[in-house]
Amino acid sequence: MLLTDKTSARWDGNPFVVRVSTDPDRPEPLRAKEALLLSPTCQTASPGFRAYLNSTDLRLQSSKPEAPVIPLPSSLSYLVDGDIVQIRPLTGDLRVIYRKGSRHNSVIVTRECNNYCLMCSQPPNETDTESASLLWDSIPLMDIDTPGLIFSGGEPSLLGQRFIELIRRAKSFLPHTALHILSNGRLFKYLNFAKDIADVHHPDIVIGIPLYSDVSHEHDEIVQAEGAFDDTVRGILNLARCGVAVELRIVITSMNSASLKRFARFVARNFPFCCNVAFMGLEPVGFAKTNIKSLWVDPVDYESGLNSALCLLEAHNIPASIYNHQLCTLRRDLWRFARQSISDWKNVFLDACQPCAVKHECCGLFSSAAEMHSRAIKTIPA
Amino acid sequence: MSTGHQHRRPPFEPRSAFSPVAFHYSLLPFRFTKLDESRYVLTNFSGDYFVTERAVLVGLVKKTLTPDSSAYVELKSRHFLIDSHNAVALQLLATQYRTKQQPLSEFTGLHMFVPTLRCDNSCFYCQASRKPSTAEGFDMTESVADRGVDFMFRSPSTVLKLEFQGGEPLLNFGILRHIVERTRALSLLNGRLVNIVICSNLSFLSDEILDFCENHEVNLSTSLDGPRKLHNLNRPNVDFDSYERTCAGITRIRERLGVQRVSALVTTTRYSLNQPNEIVDEYVKQGLVSMFLRPINPYGFASRVGTPTSYSTVEWLDFYKKALDYIIHLNLKGVRLREEYTALLLRRILTPFGTGFVDLQSPAGIGISAVLFNHDGGVYPSDEARMLAEMGDRRFCLGNLLTDSYENMMLSDVLLDSLSETMTETVPNCVDCGFQPYCGADPIRHYRLQGDIVGYKPKSEFCQRHMGLFRHLIGLLERQDESTEVLMRWLN
Repeated sequence: MLLTDKTSARWDGNPFVVRVSTDPDRPEPLRAKEALLLSPTCQTASPGFRAYLNSTDLRLQSSKPEAPVIPLPSSLSYLVDGDIVQIRPLTGDLRVIYRKGSRHNSVIVTRECNNYCLMCSQPPNETDTESASLLWDSIPLMDIDTPGLIFSGGEPSLLGQRFIELIRRAKSFLPHTALHILSNGRLFKYLNFAKDIADVHHPDIVIGIPLYSDVSHEHDEIVQAEGAFDDTVRGILNLARCGVAVELRIVITSMNSASLKRFARFVARNFPFCCNVAFMGLEPVGFAKTNIKSLWVDPVDYESGLNSALCLLEAHNIPASIYNHQLCTLRRDLWRFARQSISDWKNVFLDACQPCAVKHECCGLFSSAAEMHSRAIKTIPA
Repeated sequence: MSTGHQHRRPPFEPRSAFSPVAFHYSLLPFRFTKLDESRYVLTNFSGDYFVTERAVLVGLVKKTLTPDSSAYVELKSRHFLIDSHNAVALQLLATQYRTKQQPLSEFTGLHMFVPTLRCDNSCFYCQASRKPSTAEGFDMTESVADRGVDFMFRSPSTVLKLEFQGGEPLLNFGILRHIVERTRALSLLNGRLVNIVICSNLSFLSDEILDFCENHEVNLSTSLDGPRKLHNLNRPNVDFDSYERTCAGITRIRERLGVQRVSALVTTTRYSLNQPNEIVDEYVKQGLVSMFLRPINPYGFASRVGTPTSYSTVEWLDFYKKALDYIIHLNLKGVRLREEYTALLLRRILTPFGTGFVDLQSPAGIGISAVLFNHDGGVYPSDEARMLAEMGDRRFCLGNLLTDSYENMMLSDVLLDSLSETMTETVPNCVDCGFQPYCGADPIRHYRLQGDIVGYKPKSEFCQRHMGLFRHLIGLLERQDESTEVLMRWLN
């Protein structure tokens, strides 16, 4: 499933976001922030919408509207009422940033980052002047019953107070939505900044912080930034001190797969307060794809260390989970930790998975991992 | 995609750009002790440990470890050394230390009441110098009880533990009921959580008492020394049926209140030493999931010369190790049973959290972890201080509920001096001991046995016993086998 594609329409204008509507009789006050989806069942471009997404080749039955009519590529034909799309008139780029029916809505706060991780799946940009404002506009358009939302990046906290305001905005417009923020935590070394998050009093917020090793030189090498470990650790302590829930996330690569138990021991002694420790399989896109030869390790080759790490955390009453690992690569003892963690739009199963008895409990694979996966992938018989 | 901004291009920095400079590291404070013939255990002040060969210890101190060695990385991970790449270890250590010492900020948690000194058992190891069931003048009055409850609520602790000791507390059930009802009423008013336990031989358990325990969420703790013959030998009563009465009581509590509502401890006598497995089996037979193995304490009748209670610390450790081995063996066969003192020590060794156990604190737990109200209103900083007073030495008596104020008693010289003079961070031998972060000061025991609250550690049975326990448990943890896994499960 693609989240971005190009349309043939071009005009002069700034990027903007719209909510998709399929209702030509939509109350008029709502139309200015919405795009009407034209389809064989809705061929009337009723006036007042910000744009029109035309999924048909049919000529419009009504007179040509004042707002742009944008041919919708067939790759995005899955769009439904309530989804949110970002439109870039100068280049024709369309980007789906929110899908009402998905449980995996992840939005980019900024593409800038102060780490440069060897396995980054979303390589950073030098500058990003627009992600935050598009997100700012999107939040009020999201469904108020959205169960969960992920703030991702780049490094969201680089926005400083703007970042805090985005969290406040999420709390105001999405009061029932669990907010998961993926941040390297470095800037929370400033206690006041950690306090700022706590002071928003968001009812359900977790900061997911990547920590790739228990020793500074190993972590700093992986994130390619000297001093990053110290910053991140200080950030974790400050957030905890302010009562903000912290999840630790370790992406397992050949650089840390041999020391998972040592890592778990470190977490149990230093961060016993964390609300989850996620052991994550590699997503081979972005820099991870560039560096795949030096990063790749087959999950079956670190299974024993992973088992020790999880048992240790469990003994210390620290919740832990395994992301992005197919059940056939894990011993059965570990299945209880495995989560269906891969976002629906990039989640695939192989031929061997189709008849598998536990497919419905398995996370499957990243679409990018179809070629690069464990040698242990197999059908588990009923 | 943002317009006009290209991704920064790889290349990435090589490993060498991040490697610590060889031999340029600083040591963080640590202590070490020989673990066995070939290994040493290193501990830092927050209680993290590392077991290694002598050569690595020497290398660490002489700064000849190289950053690519596994010992270097382990020691860095556990905050024994710090290098140019990393200064945050001090903050992590400070946080762990605060976490470990957190119980201090709660102040007194455990409050023990002695409703009566009378008891129907006549255990030869009685540490409390019990009085016969019919004796007069050994029961707590209502005015003493009320002042005791008021005293308890003066403690700032968010969680209070109210424990009834004896004598046999159920012999004065009237005052016990009064104390519990008053406590429950005040705990609602004060917004405190109060856990209540009656330590009883269960002889006098009745439906009325069980109903009472259910209504007021009261747990029971009892003594079960082993199989019938051993138990009745250790804990005789007039009809020689104390075993039957205790077991019947355990069964009634399990059925009426629930299996988690009764716990039991084993007092080890000379007769116990050769039957560790039989004692453990008795606990399995009674369906108990926890047991507490304790040696005889040198107070009360137990301290009389020539009693069959005396045995050496080495003999007790041997008994403990055999019993623990057997308990682990049973766990591996799927039996749920844990030894609580072991679990407590493991929490001290493996977690950053402090434990409130009175005997293992520094500063000592007397007064600031626990306080005891005797039947006559005497206030003592621990059960042992009261036992000593029953033997005629009232040195550690803080005052009387009827005549003295909370402030005067809790700030008395005898308490404050005992605390400040015995901190293991500073006293001879403890200051250099690798097990210091796991151990504690027991001024009253050392005063009783050696005539001095600090004590002379090379001859201290407390020291010998705990060194033996720590050595044994760290040895088991280092085996990294299935028995280690059993012990890890006891952490929570």
